Amino acid sequence: MSINLTLLIVMGVLYACGIYLILERSLTRVLLGLMLLANATNILILSTGGYAGLAPLFSKETNPETYNDPLPQALILTSIVISFAVTAFMLGIIYRTWVLARQDEIQDDLEDVRVAKTPSFDAEDDAIVPLETSEFAVTPAGPANPEKQDATETPNTATTQEGGSA
Amino acid sequence: MNLANLSPLAVLLPILGAALAFLLIRHHTAQRVVSIGILSATLLLECLLLISVWDGGTTSVTLGGWLPPWGVVLVVDQFSSLMLVVSTVVSLAVLIYATGQGMADGDQEAPVSIFHPTYLILVAGVSNAFLTGDLFNLYVGFEILLTASYVLMTLGGTGPRIRAGVTYVVVSVVSSVLFLIAIAMIYGATGTITMADLAIKLAELDQGTQNLLHVMLLVAFGIKAAVFPLSFWLPDSYPTAPAPVTAVFAGLLTKVGVYAMVRTETLLFPGDTLNVPLMVVALLTMIVGILGALAQSDIKRLLSFTLVSHIGYMVFGLAMSSVAGLGAAVFYVAHHITVQTSLFLVTGLIERRGGSSSIDRLGGLAKLSPLLALLFFIPAMNLAGIPPFSGFLGKLGLLQAGVELGTPLAIVLVVGGVVTSLLTLLAIARVWNRAFWRKPEDAEYPDPVLKTPGNVGVLPRTMVGSTAGLVVFGVALTVFAGPLFKVADGSAGIMLDRSAYIHSVLGDSVVVPPLAQPDETQNDQTPTDDARDG
Repeated sequence: MSINLTLLIVMGVLYACGIYLILERSLTRVLLGLMLLANATNILILSTGGYAGLAPLFSKETNPETYNDPLPQALILTSIVISFAVTAFMLGIIYRTWVLARQDEIQDDLEDVRVAKTPSFDAEDDAIVPLETSEFAVTPAGPANPEKQDATETPNTATTQEGGSA
Repeated sequence: MNLANLSPLAVLLPILGAALAFLLIRHHTAQRVVSIGILSATLLLECLLLISVWDGGTTSVTLGGWLPPWGVVLVVDQFSSLMLVVSTVVSLAVLIYATGQGMADGDQEAPVSIFHPTYLILVAGVSNAFLTGDLFNLYVGFEILLTASYVLMTLGGTGPRIRAGVTYVVVSVVSSVLFLIAIAMIYGATGTITMADLAIKLAELDQGTQNLLHVMLLVAFGIKAAVFPLSFWLPDSYPTAPAPVTAVFAGLLTKVGVYAMVRTETLLFPGDTLNVPLMVVALLTMIVGILGALAQSDIKRLLSFTLVSHIGYMVFGLAMSSVAGLGAAVFYVAHHITVQTSLFLVTGLIERRGGSSSIDRLGGLAKLSPLLALLFFIPAMNLAGIPPFSGFLGKLGLLQAGVELGTPLAIVLVVGGVVTSLLTLLAIARVWNRAFWRKPEDAEYPDPVLKTPGNVGVLPRTMVGSTAGLVVFGVALTVFAGPLFKVADGSAGIMLDRSAYIHSVLGDSVVVPPLAQPDETQNDQTPTDDARDG
C-alpha cells in the first residue's frame, strides 16, 4: 500500500489545530476545532483506501486492480453528512448562548461550584449534639453555668445547620 | 418464514413514525396516537424476535443486496433482542409519561411538538445500534441516537439546558470522532468493517496493533458508557434536561455504550488481554461514582452519580470474560435500564408534587402522597440491591462469578461491589429520610406546595400510571429472574463462543474454531508474555 505523505501531514496539522481549539473556552473556537477534527478524520479514512485509482464505475475492460477502493469514500460521505448536521446544531446552540448570556464562553455549573464550596464540616453529622435532646424547652431553673451552656448550645446548632446549607 | 427478516422494521418503524409525527406537528392528539402506536408495534415485533431466539440461535439479515463481508448486516441474537425488548418497554413507558406531562401542562408551544418525532428517531438509533453487525453502521446508529439526544437535551433552549447541552454535545462529538478514527484504523489494518469478518481478521494482526485498536474502541465506547475516568460529563449534563428525557437517557444511552463494549470484548477482541485494566476501571467507576452521589443534594444529580457507579458492575462482569460473569452482566444491564429509568420518572413526579428535586427543600412526602413513596421505595431498594429484588440477584450473580474467578483483583472487586451496594443504600436512604420521612417543617427551605394535601391535579394519572407500569416491570424482572438468567447465561455462552455469530453472518463454511480456539489457549498458556508486553 503506497502512502500519500502530503495527506498524512495535512491530517496531522488538522488534528493538532483541532485539539488545540477544542481546549479553548470560547464556543466558536470549540466548534471550529470539532470541524477540523472531523475533516482530519475524513482524510484518515481516505488514506486507508490505499493508492489513488480510477473511479469505481464498472466496465468489463478495466483491470480490477486499477480501481480505487470505493468503501472509504462511502464512509467519508456519511461522516461528512453527520458532521454537517452536528455543526449546524452547534451553531444554533452557540447563537442561543449568545442570545441568553451575551457571551460564547462555557459557563461553570452552579451545582458543581456549590459542592466545591461546601466545607468538609457537615452540619448534620459533625455539629455538637445538644445535651438535651427532648423537644421540651429547657427549664430556666438550676445552677447558673450549665443553664447558660444549654441555652447557648441549642440555638447554636440550629443556626449552624442553616448556615451550613445556605 | 424467518422472523429475523422482519428485524429491519425495528429501525424502520420508528423512523417512519417520526416522519409521520413530524407531518402531524400541528395536530397534537394525532401525533400522540401515532408515536405511541408505532412504538407499541415496534415493541410487539421485538417481542416476536426475542421469542424466535429465546432458546439460542443467531440469525442475520443482509441489507441492500451486498453480501456480508461487504454489505451491512443486522444480527439478531439473544443479547441484542433482549436489549431491544427492554429498551423499547422503557422508552414506551417514558413516552406515555411524557405525553401525560405534555397534556397536563398544555404543550401548545412549538418547541415541544418536536418532542415526538425526535424521540422516535432516538429509539430508531438505539435499535440500530443494538441490531447492527457492521462497525460503521454501529457508528451511524450512535450518531442517530446522539443527534436526537442533542435536540432532546436542549429542548426549550433555557439557559441551564443550553449550558449542559454544550458540554454534552462536545463530549459526544469527541467520542464519536475517536470511534471513527478507530474504524478508519481498523479498516486500514484489515480491509473490512463487518464485525463477523473482523472477528476472524483482527486475530491475524500482531498483538501490538490489536491492542491499539482494542484500546481505541474501548475509550470511544467508555466515554459513551460513562466509565470512570471518562464519566465526568454525565452528572453535569443529564439532570438539567426535562424529567422524561433524563429518564430515557439514563436508562438507554449509557447502556448502548456498554452493549458496544460487550461486543468489542467478546466478538472483536476475545481473550483476556485487557481484563486487568478493565477490572481496575470498573472498581474506580463504582467507588468514585457512589462517593460523588453522597455529596449531592439534588435527587436527579444523585441518581446520575449512582448511574455512573453502577456502570462499574457491568464492566466488572464483562471483564471477567466467563459465562457466569458475562451472563450476570447481561442480566444487570436489563435490570439497571428499568430501575434507573423508573427512579428518574419518580423524581419527575416528586418534582411536580413537592415543587423541587432538592432534598433540602422536600419533606413529608410519605404522608402527603403514599403512592409516590411506594413508587420511589421499590425501585430505590431494587437499585441498592436489597434481597428480594432483581438488583440483588444481578449483584449476587456478579459477586459469585467474581469469587469463582478467585484472582486477588476479582476478590477486591467483589468487596468493592458490596461496599458500593451499601453506599448506594446510604445515598438512597438519605433521600428517603429527608424527602419522605421528615416533617415538611423540618426542611431547610420547605416549599409551600408541601402544605397542601392531596395529589389532585398535580400528578396526572397517565404519568403515575406509566411510572407504576415500569416499576411493576422492574418487579417482574425479579419474579421471572429464573428464565431471564437462563437467557442471559445462554447469550453469554453464545457470545463467548463466537462461532454462531460468525457462521450466521458469513455462512457455515467459514472456519472459526481454529482461529478462536488457539487464540484462547495461547492467552491461557502464556499469561506471563502478556504481562511482559504490557
